[in-house]
Amino acid sequence: MEGIMDKMENNKLFRVRAKKRRVFEKIIFNALRFAAALNGIALFIMIFFIVKNGWMAINWTFLTQPPIDSMTKGGILPCIIGTLLLGLGAMAVAFPIGVASAIYLNEYARPGKLLRIIRLGVNNLAGVPSVVFGLFGLAFFVIWLNMGVSILAGSLTLGVMTLPVIIGSSEEALKTVPDTYREASLGLGATKLQTVFHVVLPAAMPGILTGGILGISRAAGETAPIMFTAAVFFSPELPSSLFDEVMALPYHIYVLATAGTEIEATRHLQYGTALVLIALVLGMNLAAILYRARLRRK
Amino acid sequence: MREQKMEETIKIVSDKLNFNYGDFRALHDISLNFIEKQVAALIGPSGCGKSTFLRCLNRMNDLIPTARVEGKILLDGENIYAPAIDVVNLRSRIGMVFQKPNPFPKSIFNNIAYGLKINGVKDKSYIAAQVEKSLKQAALWEEVEDRLHDSALGLSGGQQQRLCIARAIAVEPEIILMDEPCSALDPIATQKIEELIHELKNSYTIIIVTHNMQQAARVSDQTAFFYMGKLVETGETDTVFTRPKYKQTEDYLTGRFG
Repeated sequence: MEGIMDKMENNKLFRVRAKKRRVFEKIIFNALRFAAALNGIALFIMIFFIVKNGWMAINWTFLTQPPIDSMTKGGILPCIIGTLLLGLGAMAVAFPIGVASAIYLNEYARPGKLLRIIRLGVNNLAGVPSVVFGLFGLAFFVIWLNMGVSILAGSLTLGVMTLPVIIGSSEEALKTVPDTYREASLGLGATKLQTVFHVVLPAAMPGILTGGILGISRAAGETAPIMFTAAVFFSPELPSSLFDEVMALPYHIYVLATAGTEIEATRHLQYGTALVLIALVLGMNLAAILYRARLRRK
Repeated sequence: MREQKMEETIKIVSDKLNFNYGDFRALHDISLNFIEKQVAALIGPSGCGKSTFLRCLNRMNDLIPTARVEGKILLDGENIYAPAIDVVNLRSRIGMVFQKPNPFPKSIFNNIAYGLKINGVKDKSYIAAQVEKSLKQAALWEEVEDRLHDSALGLSGGQQQRLCIARAIAVEPEIILMDEPCSALDPIATQKIEELIHELKNSYTIIIVTHNMQQAARVSDQTAFFYMGKLVETGETDTVFTRPKYKQTEDYLTGRFG
């Protein structure tokens, strides 16, 4: 008698405890879900405000004409071109050096003092504030190497800044290539170099290229590094050589919002410029993601 | 040590081979002959050193930083651990097929052409002919001849493993090492590969590690039993399986441990 009653009691208790656990888990799960969703929500709110305040400035003139009337009217064409040139320039510097470094670090480097020093360097480079990069670029590229304020100086500065990002994503891509591929290649009588270039690198390309595109989009949006090294608040002509100075989207926003002649009146231009910049950056990110998805499917 | 018959040549020999992973001695004084164009099976319980030994034969263990080898391995009389030896060249003479099929993420054609290209072959028609020949030898040609340029990753497990065998034989090695080639495959695929091994031994010396004793009995001419890093017994397969010299061998074969 007693045994059966105990069993029923225990059963009920067990089910209640189990139910409590399930409810608790559900609460935690939804809290986690909400935390993750905040990312999307934040992005959405930001895009919403920029669009709301800036869409009226977008028209064909805005996108294809230079600014006029002390930049209170007209377009931002030179800024768009300048940003694109700086982004590509940064990539031309950071991509080859970054991928080569990643190959060395992942495929060739032996544990030891040299490796530790290199890693220390890369990690600390990633932590340097962007304005410090700007000042470094000014002192080193613009003044000491006598490049002047130019696309070249700006690209080099942005390139150095983007290097850790490229190295990081390239290394990650290389790490995802399974060792069995390397073993199979070496087992056939290939040298390590052949293995890296004909098996490992092609297999890691989707990840490396995606990292590269994301790197450009990051470099394109930076203000501080280009403020002292490449960007000017007004340039009458479009750039024709690497040594020319340029206008750039992020810098243009800054100038209009702080030092322009009619800050309040040009608000819509500022938001419009921001909108173009975001569109560019998000567009590049989207292209990177789609490209990677396509390569993965092959 | 297995007795050599009159018309047989010894292809590769290990002479008092010792192997360390750092401080751990994985192989003790292994001395073993392998006869040309025959199949030798290395059997033994997990962790006994048979795969480690196999990988010493083509110096794949060189890839492990803490690995240390003492003793010799003689390929056609030459010590492959001599400092003057070109390891890269050695590995094109001794091919390897791994436990889990590992085709490259390339087309079927390029998987096989890869070995030729890295060894300097440029003639496209020769490459195409070799690809066909290797696939035929690996009993895979008929199944893939219309889709040579499709990704190798789309093949089934058994087909992928036969592709890996074709890839290995495309560079015309003298010896093929197989490290548990069927353990990731279903019984039908396994049978196909065992039949293949039987064909291949007409042209290549084959050394196969297997944890499946019945497979060793079916497929090999010579069997070597490893236990805890030592070579316990070796001899003609029939003899080892029916009249093992040591109790340890008999215990393993009858399943008293494994």
